[in-house]
Amino acid sequence: MRRTPVSGNLGSPRVRRLVASAVTLAAAMGLAACGTSGPSTSSSAKGLTMWALNDQTILKESVDAYNKDHSDAKITLRLFANDDYKQKLRVAFGANQAPDIFFSWGGGALNDYVKAGKVDALTTSQVNSDRYTPSVMQSATFDGKVYGVPANGLAPVVLYYNKKVLADAGVEAPKTYDDLLAAVKKLKAKDVVPLSLAANSKWPTLMYLEYLLDRTGGAEKFTKIASGDSAAWQDPSVTKANQYLQDLAKAGAFGDNASSVNYDQGASTALLYTGKAAMEVMGTWEYANIAKAAPDFLKKGDLGYSAFPALTDGSGDPKNIVGNPSNFLSLNASSKNKADALTYLKDYVLNDSQVDAYLAAGSVPPVNGLESKLAAVKSSTDKEWLTFVYDLVDKAPGFQLSWDQALPSDQADPLLTNTDKSFLRQIPPAEFGTNMSKAAS
Amino acid sequence: MAAPALLLFGLFGLVPLGGVVVLSLTRWDGLGSIGWEGIGNWSSVLTDGATWQALGLTVKVMLVSWLVQTPIALALGVFQAPRGRLRALFAVLFFLPLLLSAVAIGLTWQALLDPSFGIGATPGLHWLAKPLLGSPDLALYTVIFVIAWQFIPFHALLYQAGIRQIPTALYEAAALDGAGPVSRFRHITLPQLKYTMVTSSTLMLVGSLTYFDLIFVLSGGNGGPGDSTRVLPLAMYITGFQAHDMGRASAVATLLVVFGLGLSMLTTRLSGFTRMDSQQEGM
Repeated sequence: MRRTPVSGNLGSPRVRRLVASAVTLAAAMGLAACGTSGPSTSSSAKGLTMWALNDQTILKESVDAYNKDHSDAKITLRLFANDDYKQKLRVAFGANQAPDIFFSWGGGALNDYVKAGKVDALTTSQVNSDRYTPSVMQSATFDGKVYGVPANGLAPVVLYYNKKVLADAGVEAPKTYDDLLAAVKKLKAKDVVPLSLAANSKWPTLMYLEYLLDRTGGAEKFTKIASGDSAAWQDPSVTKANQYLQDLAKAGAFGDNASSVNYDQGASTALLYTGKAAMEVMGTWEYANIAKAAPDFLKKGDLGYSAFPALTDGSGDPKNIVGNPSNFLSLNASSKNKADALTYLKDYVLNDSQVDAYLAAGSVPPVNGLESKLAAVKSSTDKEWLTFVYDLVDKAPGFQLSWDQALPSDQADPLLTNTDKSFLRQIPPAEFGTNMSKAAS
Repeated sequence: MAAPALLLFGLFGLVPLGGVVVLSLTRWDGLGSIGWEGIGNWSSVLTDGATWQALGLTVKVMLVSWLVQTPIALALGVFQAPRGRLRALFAVLFFLPLLLSAVAIGLTWQALLDPSFGIGATPGLHWLAKPLLGSPDLALYTVIFVIAWQFIPFHALLYQAGIRQIPTALYEAAALDGAGPVSRFRHITLPQLKYTMVTSSTLMLVGSLTYFDLIFVLSGGNGGPGDSTRVLPLAMYITGFQAHDMGRASAVATLLVVFGLGLSMLTTRLSGFTRMDSQQEGM
């Protein structure tokens, strides 16, 4: 039962960051080591380098396809573990040893590189960016210019539930926050954990705050924060979102042990499919994790999913979603092989066969007009899931990038720490905004 | 003879140290160009409550670790010292934790302490199904326990070696005088182990300043829950490699060096280690 969840082809952006980074701390501490092990862009006259994250099987297939067609200018793909990768990339750019094409999360982290002049803007004609989902492209668009093409599936955060556990407790999947609170009571009486949460990893807790703020005050509240307005953290709706989170925790929605559960160890996923927990709020990559860890659970049709509950008195659109729109591939501004890199980005990233590969892996790529392809998916369980995700994103007026990715990197840690403190009720709801406002200014 | 050592120490010890001090006076995000900051990093680090909290936690880990590890390590050392096949076997078993990497230990204990699927799920052990790593009150002590589990074997080994060096003539003479095991331990073993204890304590105390990997893994990378296990080295790492504020991180690093130097000087001074007296006076 205990297993490390594998992000598989979904390429979940934040899975296993801890293990991976811990194992490679030595590398992170030794700047010199990073500098020498990074391939130099000038190592061969013709030939490109590309860095991405582990588990990007489908991405690797696209590189293989490109290399087959371009034996004179092959791409050397290097795959890294999560946090190790972030640090390695940063050091490599600092030392002018960065790859021609690199993989990132978009948002504030990519903007760091853009502001430092390390990334080339891509025009629509260069990479045909109009064919990608517009709300997704926002994460890689700065000052009206596009700095990356999406490189894997959509990863909005949704509410998963165990149909059998809910039915046993006589509970319907919650549509509103009040439904959720009512369900918590009934589920607690049945001695199951209402919401499985890996609070030890902190970012899963943040998903609640992201949704609760969006539902309370609408998407523009965080847009204002992300634009650098530190006072916007003190908006009453931020406090209210924290209040809702603390109310849930107080009501026992997350059980007694959430703060010991680590996502990387797969425990929060296991709680859901073993029926020890009724629901879980998590990114769409969880579907592939469940499919791998408990295929029977999926086959029996016990897994349910829906959008995050609405707030009856909130002013945000309940159709809004948060999560990770996608990961992106960007072009190093000092690359010597730009023409070849652009060929790859335009013709091989998320092309027709790649789209098929992602769909077959249970992941929806951020490409417009997938209806006919979705209709052709064979497995009915998968089809139902893929259609759900596609419709969710398609109908969403806003798709907000996870806060820890959207904000500049120096705010990510105060954000996660304060989220944790708010969840543990170590600070009153209003203090979250005060602390963040301080950290952001 | 000292020249090569001095050269190596200068190259790999003093030069980087100087670099860190210089870096602590600059503003650098690890990506762009380096800018001069002056004492700005220092004043912000020293006036930040989080720094002092991290330092306080570091001191707490250090003192509690010493209090927990020293008696257990001493007892194990005393137990392992006499020769015997069974004792040798035990000694090997006790020694195992030291052979594992901190990351492996961290991941293993994290799995073991998981309230839903760890030891707490075993019938009869349900009382252990508590958020030991997830409660802000318990997390630090859980971390100290795991640290002790990892390092006690090493210190037990030190004590074992120390005890084996005590001349048996001392014990024989004491036995002739009618001293029992307890009094032999108090009046011979303990005083003879004085310098072993100083060595072990210095290693323990100064070593506590570097506890990082284990806490990093056990706390989910943030020194959590909240910031309840964020010791100074971890705060340095987070500032430098997650917030990309190399200047501030260097100031914290310098602070750690100063603290560590002061501590090791204090322990040697207080224990009279520097006087280098003979350990076997009157022999």
